[in-house]
Amino acid sequence: MPMQPFENFRGIVLPLDRANVDTDAIIPKQFLKSIQRTGFGPNLFDEWRYLDRGEPGQSCVGRPLNPDFVLNDPKYAGADILLARHNFGCGSSREHAPWALADHGFRVLIAPSFADIFHQNAIKNGLLPVVLDEAVVDRLFELATAGDAPLTIDVDLHNLTLDAAGFGVIEIAIDPFHHHCLIHGLDDIGLTLTHADEIAAYEARRRTETPWLFAAAN
Amino acid sequence: MASPRTLYDKIWDAHVVRIDEHGTSLLYIDRQLVHEVTSPQAFEGLRLAGRTPRRPEANLAVPDHNVPTTDRHLGITDPVSRLQVETLGANCRELGIRIFDMADKRQGIVHVIGPEEGFTLPGITMVCGDSHTSTHGAFGALAFGVGTSEVEHVLATQCLMQKKSKAMLVSVDGELGRGVTAKDIVLAVIGEIGTAGGTGHVIEYAGDAIRALSMEGRMTVCNMAIEAGARAGIIGIDQKTIDYVRGRPMAPQGALFEQAADYWLSLNSDPGAAYDRVVHLDAASIRPQVTWGTSPEMVLPVDGAVPDPDEIPDPVKAGSYRHALAYMGLAPGTAIGEIPLDKVFIGSCTNGRIEDLRAAAEVAKGGKVAPSIKLAMVVPGSGLVKEQAEAEGLDRVFLDAGFEWREPGCSMCLAMNADKLEPGERCASTSNRNFEGRQGQGGRTHLVSPAMAAAAAIHGRFVDVREI
Ligand code: SF4
Repeated sequence: MPMQPFENFRGIVLPLDRANVDTDAIIPKQFLKSIQRTGFGPNLFDEWRYLDRGEPGQSCVGRPLNPDFVLNDPKYAGADILLARHNFGCGSSREHAPWALADHGFRVLIAPSFADIFHQNAIKNGLLPVVLDEAVVDRLFELATAGDAPLTIDVDLHNLTLDAAGFGVIEIAIDPFHHHCLIHGLDDIGLTLTHADEIAAYEARRRTETPWLFAAAN
Repeated sequence: MASPRTLYDKIWDAHVVRIDEHGTSLLYIDRQLVHEVTSPQAFEGLRLAGRTPRRPEANLAVPDHNVPTTDRHLGITDPVSRLQVETLGANCRELGIRIFDMADKRQGIVHVIGPEEGFTLPGITMVCGDSHTSTHGAFGALAFGVGTSEVEHVLATQCLMQKKSKAMLVSVDGELGRGVTAKDIVLAVIGEIGTAGGTGHVIEYAGDAIRALSMEGRMTVCNMAIEAGARAGIIGIDQKTIDYVRGRPMAPQGALFEQAADYWLSLNSDPGAAYDRVVHLDAASIRPQVTWGTSPEMVLPVDGAVPDPDEIPDPVKAGSYRHALAYMGLAPGTAIGEIPLDKVFIGSCTNGRIEDLRAAAEVAKGGKVAPSIKLAMVVPGSGLVKEQAEAEGLDRVFLDAGFEWREPGCSMCLAMNADKLEPGERCASTSNRNFEGRQGQGGRTHLVSPAMAAAAAIHGRFVDVREI
């Protein structure tokens, strides 16, 4: 699916102070029964966010909220940048996790490290995962949780910088191909198909070298 | 002379179609496994773009996550689950993709049936919209989990855009003690390097203890490479690999097989090949493992005691330990052997193969499930595993001991069907994840080997299988 190009913006930071946040926590398994790609936002972090058990197809309006969960703190209303600890997105390969994060309105994720498959899935859905040093993340947590006003960050993907209020400019590193895809909102299947001749040539060569991979399956 | 290469290097190099100006490779994917949960949006995306699968025959589909493990003839009662399974069937029929549906005796967990059918082959690249695709690395294949967008990408193009990972060697040297299994090896590895220890890497497992494992054991070890954060796990190809694949229905036959086998054996890592990181473990020092927390790295030997967060200097780690202990309902210092259990689950793509059921049955034989255990269930990894187990009389052993003997599927590994823990219930499980809510909201999971799970069912608590 082609995605929207990533635009620069100023966002509010939600500090989720946990390490190893797994994809089961991001979107519990009962919501994976959907055959749609959208509508996962209200069930993002469902087990932490609500006090009752959520079921697919059920409206989340009026469900009892867990007042201790940071996503429900009015201070962070409208947050679109998620700040977390190391190994964010570990666990299953479910793309429902970035779908839920994006559907809820997150656009940037910041952590000292991300699980590999999640990282890949996030980019595919126009989310920007930013890896920062543990010490910088620590400082951002301090700034985000102190005081009554939330921390805001100016995200400039074109120049690869974050400008965090009270901290200053942080340069970010991103794989050049991922950068290209996010900025242009590429349809990467379409891009690959422009190389169909090379794929066919590869297959022709492999047919001779490893014929068993092309023999008719029994 | 060409510089020495790893098995991973060789498979990678053989599958690069092209490299773009950013250094990203277009990697050819030989095989894709498909299941009902991560495929509907991929098929829908394909349809919306007016595309069709490039090589339908390179895919094999099976429903496994949502299927019931009892009264299968009644079908799926949950309408949402049913729709998802039916959608998989409809998509596969429309697009000419081979599927083992629920009534097929070859139906089972996607990572059990791939090897069983000979769809998984050495030296191939294989993906599935499922993180435990790493299982197939046991065959010396480069196998990794992908998201739904990538499932669609592979359907449409038979390729993926990938950056090569780093290489890590995990060498398990020497011999395992009696009663210590592949599951204990991999839990000990995760305990050693942590759940992010393998991030950005492909782990090659080597060493005497890995060579000595059966193919089933090697699959268990590769299966949980993802729990160590790795992109994939991989093990060198030897005669055991070849013998396992020979004669499987979808494997090459006759002269083609011999040609393939020669090629496969030539793929192993060269002596002196470089790894970005090397970890050594002494097999003899590994004891049966039990996880105590909500991440697979929170693991201890069976004779250990739950840690005290107050003694952990790193505040982030201490915080996550506190959180885990609260969720698990455990006090610091509790001995593993004192933890009382409510349920026992034997199954999953980690430990649902025939050898796992044999190991569990050996322990269960002649015993009785403890009265304090509300449910002890055995869920074979596939219909063929079930059939084999029944031919060996293992079902009788389990049933006589008071276990339930179920139909194949993912079952309580992730509790998407009716098999789940109730809030607060504590389970000894042979699966791979002890995350919060994984086996049911509020459920508490302790990961162990099949023998340890069976022993826990009989005794109502964790016991050291080496002592029974
Ligand atoms: S058995 Fe568990 S880990 Fe394996 S594929 Fe099924 S749900 Fe995933």
